[in-house]
Amino acid sequence: MEGHAKKQDESLVKLKVLFFARARDITGLSEFPLEISLGSTTNDCLKKLLIKFPGLEEIRECIALALNEEYATDSSIVKDRDELAIIPPISGG
Amino acid sequence: MESVAWDTDVSRILAELESLRDTKSVIEQRILALEAQLREINLRNEVSNCDSCSPTSVLDSNSPNGLSRDAIYRYSRQLLLPSFGVEGQANLLKSSILVVGAGGLGSPALLYLAASGVGRLGIVDHDLVELSNMHRQVIHTESYIGQPKVKSAAAACLKINSTVQIVEHKEALRASNALQILNQYDIIIDATDNAPSRYMISDSCVVLGKPLVSGAALGLEGQLTVYNYKGGPCYRCLFPTPPPTTACQRCADSGVLGVVPGVIGCLQALEAIKIASAVGESLSGRMLLFDALSARIRIVKIRGRSLQCEVCGENSTFTQQHFREFDYEKFTQTPLTVPPLKLNLLPVESRISSNQYSEIISKKEPHVLVDVRPSHHFKIVSLPKSLSIPLSTLEARLPEISSAIRKEEDDVEVASGSSVQLYVVCRRGNDSQLAVQYLQKMGFASAKDIIGGLESWSKDVDPNFATY
Ligand SMILES: [Zn+2]
Repeated sequence: MEGHAKKQDESLVKLKVLFFARARDITGLSEFPLEISLGSTTNDCLKKLLIKFPGLEEIRECIALALNEEYATDSSIVKDRDELAIIPPISGG
Repeated sequence: MESVAWDTDVSRILAELESLRDTKSVIEQRILALEAQLREINLRNEVSNCDSCSPTSVLDSNSPNGLSRDAIYRYSRQLLLPSFGVEGQANLLKSSILVVGAGGLGSPALLYLAASGVGRLGIVDHDLVELSNMHRQVIHTESYIGQPKVKSAAAACLKINSTVQIVEHKEALRASNALQILNQYDIIIDATDNAPSRYMISDSCVVLGKPLVSGAALGLEGQLTVYNYKGGPCYRCLFPTPPPTTACQRCADSGVLGVVPGVIGCLQALEAIKIASAVGESLSGRMLLFDALSARIRIVKIRGRSLQCEVCGENSTFTQQHFREFDYEKFTQTPLTVPPLKLNLLPVESRISSNQYSEIISKKEPHVLVDVRPSHHFKIVSLPKSLSIPLSTLEARLPEISSAIRKEEDDVEVASGSSVQLYVVCRRGNDSQLAVQYLQKMGFASAKDIIGGLESWSKDVDPNFATY
């Protein structure tokens, strides 16, 4: 049983998703642990998040992404224990 | 009898206060005008190398480092900083900075910029000071409530540093006037509160080649970036598609903790001072994210300039002419100056005015009043006997409405031919219409909303009812 679980783990990467501003309102969370298959891109992560939190569709076209505080494109490959920040702009002042 | 005397006393005091305030405002305006004239004369004297140096002059051509005796003492703590020093201060004194918006972000930014010795400081704002601004817009004082923010901000800046030249632009920034105003300054600070202004200011900075220090704050979060500086990205490189209107929240609707824009506004002043005095490393290409609740500041790298950017990109054809003709309100589907949204979803027979509702109460007509605002709004203020069912929970809580109606039927002896009515209220009369539409669909055929919500209750029925 334990061996089986371990095998599954190796094909998955676990990352921490950070939600800011409107993304935080929509999900009700500031952090979310995401498991995704090895070799996935940030875009794959977003697709998976949209299934979990359909409300995020609202801001899909207007967010900046940062992977481990570095700039990330949709095609950046995520690694285990990465931190993916979803940053919609704030307009208030 | 005593109460009549008391009433006359109060109205006499109020009348005198009002007349004194009017006189004060006239005097203050005259002082500002005279001060401006004096600065003008001093400036001209300096240019003509007049020997009689006025106390307000800062840059002294006879002094070896260009600073007057007063300026050396005033800015001594900055001059003592090895990484800032005389050179940084002299650069700052020669610079001009424009702050767009004298609100939560602009207030601290302006105070620090004036204090630190920016040569010329411009302020753009078309708004008036309101009581609900005071908790965060710390540049304004109670005595300026109802007066233009630019006037209040200019007076506050001059009180701190009368040697700074303050320029008041008492108008809303629009595509038609933005280039002409922004062009008069070296550095632009975006301290506005809406999406169309943010795109408009960024675009005009690209077109004019000016660095932009952009800050934003809402709720308990803040963001800060420097755009269009030393080959860095512009706002559109990062956010080519504007956020949908639902995602565009305003402090007036979502709330903001006063000190949050305060922190971001201070950092905006800091970034602008660094650029103006040519010291340090700017926040260009990075974004600072401030999370007040968890006490975290993160700085993330953002993309560089986008070659495909419609405004600053390689093949961009965006010119000053394009800028003037660009419809920022249409692009972001948000008005530049924000009139409160007014939905009109219901036929007249499904709506009542707040005055009509007041009659319903005084005639003791049997009814249930549902308040569909979020529960934290309900806690601020509510109408007596109203039932709090936030719009977001309405679907699940319909049985509560049915049982409230049954209870009212039991409590009050409903006259034959009439029945218990259902009314819905919210803050401004938009959500109440959505709720009534839904309730009617779900079988509450007689549901009606109160036009204009609690705001109109306060305006038309009970002036003592608190607004927020
Ligand atoms: Zn750009």
